[in-house]
Amino acid sequence: MLERLEQIRKTAETGLKNLQNMKDVENFRIKYLGKKGELTQVLRGLSQIPENERPAVGKLANEIRDYLEEQLQIIEKKIKKEEEEKKLKKEFIDVTLPGRRPVVGKKHPITRVLDEIKEIFIGLGFGIAEGPEVELDYYNFEALNLPPEHPARDMQDSFYITDKVLLRTHTSPVQIRVMEKMAPKLPIRIIAPGRVFRRDDDATHSPMFHQVEGLLIDRKVTFADLKGTLQAFVLQMFGESVRMRLRPSYFPFTEPSAEVDISCIICGGNGCRTCSHSGWLEILGSGLVHPKVLEMGGYNPEEVSGYAFGMGIERIAMLKYGIDDLRILFENDFRFLSQI
Amino acid sequence: MLVSYNWLKEYVDININPEELAQRLTMVGLEVSSVNRFDKSLDKVVVGLIEDIKDHPYASKLSLCTVNVGDGQRLKIICGAPNIRVGQKVPVAIEGAVLPSGMVIKKVNIRQMESEGMICSAQELGLDANLLPEEQKQGIMEFPDDVPIGADVADVLNLNDAVLELDLTPNRSDCLSVISIAREVAAICGTELRLPVIEIKEDPNTNIGDLITVEIADDELCGRYVARIVDGIKIKPSPIWMQNRLRASGVRPINNIVDVTNYVMLEFGQPLHAFDYRFIKGKKIIVRRAEEGEKIVTLDGQERKLEPDMLVIADAEEAVAIAGVMGGRDSEILEDTSTVLIESANFNSTSIRRTSRKLGLRSESSLRFEKGVNIEGALIAADRAAQLMAQLGGGHIVKGVVDNYPRKWLPVNIELRPYKVNEFLGIELDPQVIKETLEKIGLTIKDREDGCFTVSVPPFRLDLEREIDLVEEVARLYGYDKIPSTIPSGDIGHIKKNRMQILEEKCKNILTACGLMEVITFSFTSPKVFDKLGLPQEHPLRNAVTLANPLSEETSILRTTLIPNLLEVAQRNTHRKVNNLRIFEIGRIFLPIEGQELPREETVIAGLIMGALEKGWNWESQKLDFFYLKGVLEELFEHLNVGDVVWEPTSDYPGMHPGKTAEIKAKGIYLGFIGEIHPSVIENFELPTQASVFQINFEALAQTSESVKMYRPLPKYPSAERDMAFIVSENIPAAEIEKAIREVGGKILKSCRIFDVYKGRQIPEGKRSLAFSLVYQAEDRTLTDEEVDALHERIKSEMVKRFSAQLR
Ligand SMILES: [Zn+2]
Repeated sequence: MLERLEQIRKTAETGLKNLQNMKDVENFRIKYLGKKGELTQVLRGLSQIPENERPAVGKLANEIRDYLEEQLQIIEKKIKKEEEEKKLKKEFIDVTLPGRRPVVGKKHPITRVLDEIKEIFIGLGFGIAEGPEVELDYYNFEALNLPPEHPARDMQDSFYITDKVLLRTHTSPVQIRVMEKMAPKLPIRIIAPGRVFRRDDDATHSPMFHQVEGLLIDRKVTFADLKGTLQAFVLQMFGESVRMRLRPSYFPFTEPSAEVDISCIICGGNGCRTCSHSGWLEILGSGLVHPKVLEMGGYNPEEVSGYAFGMGIERIAMLKYGIDDLRILFENDFRFLSQI
Repeated sequence: MLVSYNWLKEYVDININPEELAQRLTMVGLEVSSVNRFDKSLDKVVVGLIEDIKDHPYASKLSLCTVNVGDGQRLKIICGAPNIRVGQKVPVAIEGAVLPSGMVIKKVNIRQMESEGMICSAQELGLDANLLPEEQKQGIMEFPDDVPIGADVADVLNLNDAVLELDLTPNRSDCLSVISIAREVAAICGTELRLPVIEIKEDPNTNIGDLITVEIADDELCGRYVARIVDGIKIKPSPIWMQNRLRASGVRPINNIVDVTNYVMLEFGQPLHAFDYRFIKGKKIIVRRAEEGEKIVTLDGQERKLEPDMLVIADAEEAVAIAGVMGGRDSEILEDTSTVLIESANFNSTSIRRTSRKLGLRSESSLRFEKGVNIEGALIAADRAAQLMAQLGGGHIVKGVVDNYPRKWLPVNIELRPYKVNEFLGIELDPQVIKETLEKIGLTIKDREDGCFTVSVPPFRLDLEREIDLVEEVARLYGYDKIPSTIPSGDIGHIKKNRMQILEEKCKNILTACGLMEVITFSFTSPKVFDKLGLPQEHPLRNAVTLANPLSEETSILRTTLIPNLLEVAQRNTHRKVNNLRIFEIGRIFLPIEGQELPREETVIAGLIMGALEKGWNWESQKLDFFYLKGVLEELFEHLNVGDVVWEPTSDYPGMHPGKTAEIKAKGIYLGFIGEIHPSVIENFELPTQASVFQINFEALAQTSESVKMYRPLPKYPSAERDMAFIVSENIPAAEIEKAIREVGGKILKSCRIFDVYKGRQIPEGKRSLAFSLVYQAEDRTLTDEEVDALHERIKSEMVKRFSAQLR
C-alpha cells in the first residue's frame, strides 16, 4: 500500500508541473483530492488495510494530501495572477487622449502683474492705498508742485471734466490724499495701484493704463533708501541676473528725481529692438518727495523726508509676457486671455 | 536738442569719444537718446567749379559742363539738373567714386558725348535734403563761395562729426544752448569752459539813437529788449562752417543774416529776430499787446488773427512780429536787405506759451521762451549776432545799443547746509567736495561762519530756487551710481491690505475658479451704449460724467454700468469668431452727485456668459446659460459666506429679458441682478446667441459677507433619504415650495434638493412637476423608519394643501 502511495505521489508531482490553467487545476484536484480521487479513495479504504500497516499508510496519505493541497494553492494563485494580467492587458486606454479639464478662468495679465508687485511691496513693509479715478486738479497737479501754467503739465495731456476736475493722469494724487489723512503721523509706507488716463491713443499709448505709486515718509529717509528699496523690488520682480541703474531726471513732485532702468531682460543688456539697442529698459520714475509736496500734505520738510516712485504696469506686463502691442491688453480677446 | 560734437569742442576740451560722452551726459541728467554719425563713404567726391555750360548737341534737356576739380584738372560732365549755372561750386563724383547708393562712377557715353564724372544732388550723397533750400532739393547741391576747389566733400561738409540728440527734461531748458551743454561737458571731463570772444567794431560816425527808439508798453510781458543795428550788409549764403553747424543742429541754412540769428540762438539759447530796418516805420519799436482784431502775416505766409492777451512787436503803425513766436512777413530779410535791426529780448514764458498754443504756432524761439530764457544774456547775444553779421555780411555795426531793461534780474542766493546734502542722499561727502562740485557748473559759493554755504545762482540756471535743487545738483554730478543702496529703517506700517482689498482679490479667485476669465475694459464709454441697451430717456443710468475733451464720442462719458462694456467685449469676440464666452470684470462705475465736484465711484462686479462649453471626445457640451451663471454666483456667495440670498423675479430692468431676470438680495440688502439679455439688445450688439449677465455692487457684497464661518460637527447618526414629486402651478416659484418643505420638515430635515423639473406630456398646461430629494437626520439618535415616513407624509400632505399640489 505504501508503494502505491509513493506511486501516486510521483505521478501527482509530475502532474503538478503540467498545470497550465484553472481548468487543469480543477481536473487535478478532482483526480487526486475529489470525492472519488485517488488519494481520497486510499484514505477511505484504510479500514480494509491490515491494522499494523494502518498508521503508516494513514500518515503518508495525509502527508501527501497536505502537500498536494499546499502546492495546488500556490499554483492556483500564480495562474490566477497570470490570467488577470492577461485580461488587463487587453483592457488598455489611449492615455494620449486629452483629459476632461475643469472649467477655470484666469486673471487678466495686468491683475497678475499687479498682484506680484503688491506682494513684493507688502513683503517690504508697505500697505495698499487707493484713490479716486476722477480727481480734482488740486490733487492731480497743484499739490504735486504743478501749478497752473507749469510747463511740465504738457508732459501729461489730460481728460478734463470741468476746469477743476479731471481723470487722474497718474496715481501720484494718492500721495497727497494719504498724507492729508495721516499727517502728522509717521511712518507712511504705501503703494497705490490703479487706473490712470491720458489723452493719447496709438500703438504705444493707451488712453487708459495702470500705474503703481509708492510713497514712504519718515524721519531721515534718504536717496540711498530709495535705491535700496527699488533694488529689492527689481531683484524680486525680474530676477537676480537683472541689473538696475538710476539716472537723473525731472519730476515736479520729487527732487532729486531718478529714472530707473533695468538691464534689458530680452537681450541681457547687449542691445536689441525692445531696448532700442541701448541695453536698458526704463521701468519707473522716482525721487525724494519734493519739500513743497510734503508741505502740501501737511508735513514739515525740515523734520521728515520721504521718497516716492511710480511705475507703469502695462510696460512691465508687456516685457513679462513678450507682448509687442499695448492695445491687445485691452481688446479682451478671449483667446489671448486664455493663452497668456 | 541736436548738438554737434565738433561744435562743442570749440568751447571745451573733450577727452572722451561721442558715444562715451553721450553715456556720461545721460548719467548727469541730460539724456542722450541717440548719437548720429554719417556712416557712408564719399571717397572721390570733391568740390568742383562749373566754368562753362553748353547745350548737349543731341539732347535738349542735358547740358555739357566744364568743371574745374582742382590741380588744373577740368572734366567734361553731362548734367540734367535744372539749377546749374556757371560759377557754381558743386559736389563732383569723379571716376572711381562709389556713391552711398552703390553707384560706381565711370566715364560714360551719354547720347554720343563723353561724361567724365557726375555732379551730385544731396540725396545722391546720402544727405538729408530737408535741410537744403527748395531749389537744391530738386537739383544739384550747391556750396557757398568760401569752399576750396578740389577739397573732399566729406571734409567740407564736416561729415566726420557726431550729432548727439538730447531729450531734455523741462527743468533743463537752459541746455537748449550749445554753450550750456558745453558747461556740463566741462564738469564731466574736468576741463575748462571757453566762451567765444566777442569783439564789436562800431562805426564811430553813427548812432543807434538816431535810427531807433524802443518802448516797452507792457513790462510784465517783456522784461528786456536789446536792439542793435548793422548797416551796409550784403545778403549771401553763409560760409560752409556755419551751414554745417546749422545742418547738424537740424536747422536749414537760409542766408547769412537769418543764419546768424539761428546760430546765436543755438549757441547762447537766446532767440533773436532780424528785421529789415527799411520796413520799420517811424524809427520806432513798441512792445505792446495786440489790439482787438489786429492781424499779421507771419513769415510762413499765413495770416494770423491776434488777441489782446498776445504780445506783439510793432513799429509806429502796426505789428511787425508776434513777440517771441514768429516774425512778420512784411519786415523779413530779403535779398536786397542792407540794414538789419537785431532784436534780443526776454518775454514772459506763460504769455508766449499761451500765444503759441492759441495760434497753433510753435517755433524754435517760442520753445525757448516758453521754458524761460536767461534775461542777463540778452545783450551778449545781440553783440554776438552783430559781430557775426558784420563779419559775414561785410557790413558795419552802428554805434551804441538800445537796452531797455525794466525787469532787472534779481540775484538768487540759496543757503546750503552740507550736512543736509549728506542727510538727503545717505552719503558722507566732505563739504569742500560739495563746494567744488557746484562750482564746476558755474555756481558761486561763499563760506559762512556756521559751516554752511551761501550759493549764488547764475542767471542761466532759472531752475535752481532752493536748497533741495542744489542737493540734486550735487547728487547728479557726484553720480547716482555711487550712492549706496540701503533699506529704510524705522517702523513698518501695520495695515497691509484692508478688508475690501482682500475681498476683491477673493472674488477674483473664486470667479476664475468658477471658469470666468477676467477682462479689463475702459472706464469711459460712448453715450450711444444707453440707446443700444434700450434705456428710456429719463433712466438714471443715463446720468453720466461727461468728458470736456474726449478723444472721440466713443469714449466721451464715464460708465455707469459695466454691462455694455461686457457686451462690447462679447461683440468684439464674436467678430473674431469666438462665440463661447465666460468673462467678468471688477471695476468702478461713476455716478454724478448733485452739488458735488467728484462723482461717487462704486466698485461693481459684472459677468457675462454666452454660447456653451464645447463637447469633447467623451463628454457632452454644456450650455452657458442663466443657470450656469447663477451657479457661479451661488458659489461666490457660498465662499464669501453671504447668507439668506433671495432671487426675486423682476421685469424692471431695461435691456434685460423681462421673464428671465432676478434681483438678488441678501439679508434684505440689495446686491444686484442677474438675467438674460433682452433679445433686442442682443441684436443691437450683433451677438449670435443669447447671453446672460450679472452685476453686483461690491460694497453691498462686502456688507453681507460674514468674515467668520463656524464649523458644524459632522452627523454621528445615520440618515434616511426619501423622494417626493408633485404637480403644481408653474407660477409658484420653486424656492417658495422648498421653503415650505423646510419649514414643515423642521430640524430633522437636513437637506432638500430639487432633482427634477418636468413640463410636457402627462402634465396639464400651466403646471409642472417638481421632484425633491429629502434627507432626514437627527443629531442625537438614529431615526426610525416609522418616524421618517410619518414626517415625509406630513410634508407631502402639507404641500398638497398649501400649493394645491397633486402628488405623483
Ligand atoms: Zn534689449
